[in-house]
Amino acid sequence: MNGVVHQLWLVPVLPLLAAGVLALLPRRARRVAAGLAIGALAVSLVLALAALAATRAAPEPEGFRAVVNFPWLAWGEHTLMLGWVLDPLAAAMLVMVCLVGLLIFIYSVGYMAGDENFTRFFCFLSLFAGAMLAVVMANSLLLLFIAWELVGLASYLLIGFWYQKPAAAAAAKKAFLTTRVGDLGLFAGMLWLYAATGTLVFYDEGRGCLEASAVNTLAGRTVTAGLTLSAVISLLVLLGAAGKSGQFPLHVWLPDAMEGPTPVSALIHAATMVAAGVFLVARMFPLFAAVPPGATGPSPALQAVAWLGAGTAVFAALIAVAQTDLKRILAYSTVSQLGYMFLGLGVGGVAVGMFHLLTHAGFKALLFLGAGSVIHGCHGEQDIRRLGGLWRAQPITFATYAVGMMALAGVPLLFSGFWSKEEILHGALGWPVSRGPFWLGVAGALLTAFYMTRQMVFVFFGPYRGAAAAGRDAAAADGVHESPPVMTVPLVLLAVGAVVPGFFGTPAWPALQAYLDPAHAMHLAPDLRRLFSAEVLKLMALSTAVVLAGLGLGWWLYGRRPITDPAAPDALELAQPGLFRLLREKFRVDEFYAATVVRWHAAWAGWGDLLDRWLWGGLVWLVQGLALGLAWVSRLVDEFAVNGGFDAACARLVRSGRRVAGLSTGRLPGYLRGVAAGALALGLLLLWGGCR
Amino acid sequence: MSPLERYLIVAALLFGVGLAGALTRRNAILALAGIELMLTAVNLNLIAFWRHGGHDAGAAGQVFVLFVIAVAAAETAVGLALIIALFRHRRTVHLDEADQLRG
Amino acid sequence: METAFQLLAAGVLVAAVAAMSLRQLVHCALCLVAVFAAAAGLFLTLGAEFLAFAQVLVYVGAISILIVFAMLLTRTRAVDPADLSVRPRALGIMVAGAVTGLVVAAVLASGALPDKTAATPAVPVRELGRELMTQQVPALLAVGLLLTAALIGAVVLALREPPAATGKEPRP
Repeated sequence: MNGVVHQLWLVPVLPLLAAGVLALLPRRARRVAAGLAIGALAVSLVLALAALAATRAAPEPEGFRAVVNFPWLAWGEHTLMLGWVLDPLAAAMLVMVCLVGLLIFIYSVGYMAGDENFTRFFCFLSLFAGAMLAVVMANSLLLLFIAWELVGLASYLLIGFWYQKPAAAAAAKKAFLTTRVGDLGLFAGMLWLYAATGTLVFYDEGRGCLEASAVNTLAGRTVTAGLTLSAVISLLVLLGAAGKSGQFPLHVWLPDAMEGPTPVSALIHAATMVAAGVFLVARMFPLFAAVPPGATGPSPALQAVAWLGAGTAVFAALIAVAQTDLKRILAYSTVSQLGYMFLGLGVGGVAVGMFHLLTHAGFKALLFLGAGSVIHGCHGEQDIRRLGGLWRAQPITFATYAVGMMALAGVPLLFSGFWSKEEILHGALGWPVSRGPFWLGVAGALLTAFYMTRQMVFVFFGPYRGAAAAGRDAAAADGVHESPPVMTVPLVLLAVGAVVPGFFGTPAWPALQAYLDPAHAMHLAPDLRRLFSAEVLKLMALSTAVVLAGLGLGWWLYGRRPITDPAAPDALELAQPGLFRLLREKFRVDEFYAATVVRWHAAWAGWGDLLDRWLWGGLVWLVQGLALGLAWVSRLVDEFAVNGGFDAACARLVRSGRRVAGLSTGRLPGYLRGVAAGALALGLLLLWGGCR
Repeated sequence: MSPLERYLIVAALLFGVGLAGALTRRNAILALAGIELMLTAVNLNLIAFWRHGGHDAGAAGQVFVLFVIAVAAAETAVGLALIIALFRHRRTVHLDEADQLRG
Repeated sequence: METAFQLLAAGVLVAAVAAMSLRQLVHCALCLVAVFAAAAGLFLTLGAEFLAFAQVLVYVGAISILIVFAMLLTRTRAVDPADLSVRPRALGIMVAGAVTGLVVAAVLASGALPDKTAATPAVPVRELGRELMTQQVPALLAVGLLLTAALIGAVVLALREPPAATGKEPRP
């Protein structure tokens, strides 16, 4: 362990501190606000890079891991440990979050330039980034949970940033409540884990809950129906992860979260929030993977992860096919890609899932920021049917967006998405349980290529359909413009980021996998032969074919003839009207929830209301009536009995006082007589009164 | 009847006459004169006791009377000044018309 | 001696009653002088010569004159005979009578009074002066102070007020 590890707490604390300071800044201090937030995150990035170097510098057979635990709160025999963990997983995530976050921060300076709540925005962004960094570095499930909830809070604040819009406020609420459903599972899993092992610290010199002894104990205990305790706790944790990462059936909040400003969408979808769920599973992977002694094959928890991911990947990709909102398509593609990550975790382990997470962070941030640039340039227009032909007006955006699109679609060889997806499919192909996830993954890849082509064609090709003006330069005539450099420079950088990371994970040189997972370490040396082994070539050929099919289908359906009318029915709609409507309505999940969960909830609320209104209301009314009656009686008694007596006494007192006052006439002879009479009385008393 | 008793009774009667005058006369000057009579009666009492009291206090009784005379003189001077001030304000010296002395 | 006492006592009482009951204020004042003089005589019969002369000097000579002057200063035009006494007159006389009765009864009923004792020898004036100037010096000083204060107070009270203030006097 070296100095970097001990100063690592600064990585999340700096952005959080910046958020605290920004909260106190006046609204007009825009330049200071942006500078502070970006500066804090930049320092965090430097520290994260140093941490990455530290993990690289000291290779250990078990993989580098530095843990700093210190007691925070102790009661009885229990101690709450705070601290941080630095291992390749955390280091890679730190760098990714800081890097993507930093680019998004810089981009936000341009995107939010016109917003009057600029300072508040950067305050929330800093909070968001800091909380996510804390999630990554947390040394215990409890600290992770605290940061996790901070992430939830920050996402709530940012999605609802334009709270004047009812849709934004509703989306923020929806995101918060939906993730809370998952968090309940995480919380229950956390409590159960604590009850079973007595600790929530991940790594604590053999006593942590993710280390061999605890995991073996958990895997050895059967709870019910053949599920071990580790599997049950893992499934509860998975519920939390699914909520945060927008997996089916808790994905409904993620597309609605598009109501927030676009940089927020980028941050949520690429770097911070949704990655938290995947990261959680990766962090808890030893627990997920634990099998009882003697059993073989993947654990039930990992099977659940794989099936969940594969199902969500295809499900969300299907919905994305029929959407018309620029950002919504990207949102569903995020859900779909998160499904891929879960699939990767389930079938291939930490390295595969995290590889896709890292590549995805790059190109999804790029896509969202590109979408933001489009929206920014087209005066807030988000409907792809009313865009079009923008490659002429926004060349940089078009070029970078195309890079992102190809990375997402998995265009072969050059783009990072291809290699990470390849790894996942490779893992799924070798999965001993079932071939189902593999074919689902292939279907998802086809759909991804298809809907991304559709989006590209709608947005950047054909004529501009946004204004009444027609013709070659309609877009320019409508004032569509390229975004300022503060926005395009991050786009270019991210475009590089959408290409380069893939080369660290090719089958020929799986450096990233080796870095993340010590089990892959023997493949560290570059070896081109592995790339051309029969198995890999077969898979590459298949996925290339699939991607090309998707691209071709998309081009054939949408690109052959330029789309000129925004109101024209979709090409797919003409072919399959019923299916298309179902997809456009997102499989009616929201409606299903509205009809079941929400209605059920509303019914209970209605019952509660009735109960309240009639039963309790009646009781309250009765009590109120009784109290009022008593008060009346009391008042009558007061007025006529108590007050009467009192008034009479008072009146008598006043009368007698007046009479006594009447004695004081002010006439001297009377006083003198009184003095004489008093002397007489005193004399009598003295002489015969017995006072002698 | 012993000599002391005779003097005491004379003094008592003189005191009663003075008191009656102070209580009945409207004129403030005569009321003051009544008070002077009462003081004279007291002085008579004191001298009688000094003379026939059967004590050995020397000249204390006479000194006492001397002081009473002095105080009576002072009292009379102030009282008459008050009466004149009253007359100047109210144009009267009648006691029962000086009825402002109340709350 | 016996005769002198009886005459003087009768004179004191008769003059006192006259002074308290006559209508004319000047007559009252003259009777008052008679009372003071007779009382001085009674002092003489008791052997207090110095006090008797002091009585004559202070009361007969000074206080009576003061009273006469006050009467002259405060004289009003018409003197209504019905205005002489405070109503109800009988009440005052009754109270005064009761007090007198009490004192007389106390004197007569008291058995503790020394009976027929030898009279205290007369004290020469020299002795009186020595007593005043030795044992009673504090009291003498206090009396001097009191007299000064009374003198100043009387002057202040009797001073004629400035015209501005008199203009506001309420007239009956």
